[in-house]
Amino acid sequence: MSELTVNHLLGIKYLQKQDIDLIFETADHFKEVINRPIKKVPSLRDITIANIFFENSTRTKLSFELAQKRLSADVISFSAAQSSVKKGETLIDTVNNILSMKVDMVVMRHSHPGAAYFLSQNVKASIINAGDGAHEHPTQGLLDSYSIRERLGEVGGKKVVIVGDILHSRVALSNIYALQMQGAEVKVCGPKTLIPKYIESLGVTVEPNLRKALEWCDVANMLRVQNERMDVNYFPSTREYAQQYGVDKALLDSLNKEIVIMHPGPINRGVEITSDVADSQQSVILDQVENGVAVRMAVIYLLASKLQQ
Amino acid sequence: MLTSKEVNIILHRLACQLIENHLDFSNTVLIGIQPRGAYLAKRIQHLLENDYHINNLQLGFLDITFFRDDFRRGEKTLEANKTQIDFLVEDKKVVFIDDVLFTGRSINAALTAVQSFGRPSEVELLVLIDRRFSRHLPIQPDYRGRQVDAIQDEKVKVCWSEKDGEDAVYLV
Repeated sequence: MSELTVNHLLGIKYLQKQDIDLIFETADHFKEVINRPIKKVPSLRDITIANIFFENSTRTKLSFELAQKRLSADVISFSAAQSSVKKGETLIDTVNNILSMKVDMVVMRHSHPGAAYFLSQNVKASIINAGDGAHEHPTQGLLDSYSIRERLGEVGGKKVVIVGDILHSRVALSNIYALQMQGAEVKVCGPKTLIPKYIESLGVTVEPNLRKALEWCDVANMLRVQNERMDVNYFPSTREYAQQYGVDKALLDSLNKEIVIMHPGPINRGVEITSDVADSQQSVILDQVENGVAVRMAVIYLLASKLQQ
Repeated sequence: MLTSKEVNIILHRLACQLIENHLDFSNTVLIGIQPRGAYLAKRIQHLLENDYHINNLQLGFLDITFFRDDFRRGEKTLEANKTQIDFLVEDKKVVFIDDVLFTGRSINAALTAVQSFGRPSEVELLVLIDRRFSRHLPIQPDYRGRQVDAIQDEKVKVCWSEKDGEDAVYLV
């Protein structure tokens, strides 16, 4: 097995277990590459990649750009705020205009669920979904699993709880798919208003009590409360949320085992987790960021090798 | 083409030739080219350490997958191997070790790849089998086990006992 079964990375849903294994094995090699004195390989020197971000992003965009540059690809990046999209151009037109400048691959973030899928059906380029609304964020799902694999040896059989704003989170859905595909058990935990109604149909269980959830799990993935997506108040106050669903050092130390703390960033320090938890030995938050570059290099490399010469 | 006994004699000769040029290897590092050069490199290291009592040999393994010039030009995705170089090659004499020298393209890629680990003062090449008349690039070995004339569609297969059950070289 040396090839992905897909031509685009639209979501973890479309992948198979062997794809994830291949991406992780390739990422291992790239992780070694990005720790060399010279962190660059020439594999993609004849590939051009466009990063199209219709929604704000710092970490993901930087991580993708860095991954592309480490592979020697040519990169053009654009944010919708300064683009013709504001003038009324359609998504397909915008992307086709970019593609006529001989671009081979598109990395896109969009606020509408399914935007990446839609694009993959309508334009001729390899598409990587960098987040589509509250749907999927596949590279984040992959790098989270990769970080668990790195810290705990394997993902299969591990117990993972995803805490917080599940309703607005694309990271949650990609994580659930990725973790289950690799044989991990998944629980979600959060205020009832932020848990989607039919989440159990994905095969996850809901645990409203944070302490019980943490006592059960090996890994806790603390999601950010996405205030910008909340049109109404889903909980009475941030302070109350932090009291009920925030993890602090005292809570962590009172557990009878050492769990791994993850966070996809950006952190609201003092809300989901306190500073001492974020900076503790149990947290792999910065490893997640480093692994993000390696995993994205692997995804881009494997998709690029399927492009027609 | 070569039996286990012949392979063994050749390995000893190559080890001696290396010693002739590098003496105690204080400023020399050996780098096996992944995947197949790694076996030869380990053998040479073993000989140098056990039969010729050279200590503190530095050995690394270099994967050239991401530096190859045929990315997207073949049918299959190029699969990577592990690179393991725990030292810098800055100002060191580097000896590349590979099993078969054919077109020279792998070594060309290795020359680029090794620059990620510093600027070597000198690079040499040791190969077990040197296929004549098949080079695409002006690359020649400094140490060669056996030179062979093989036609284009023949393949030289080097077997190692730790991987394939025997030491031997076949023309297939």
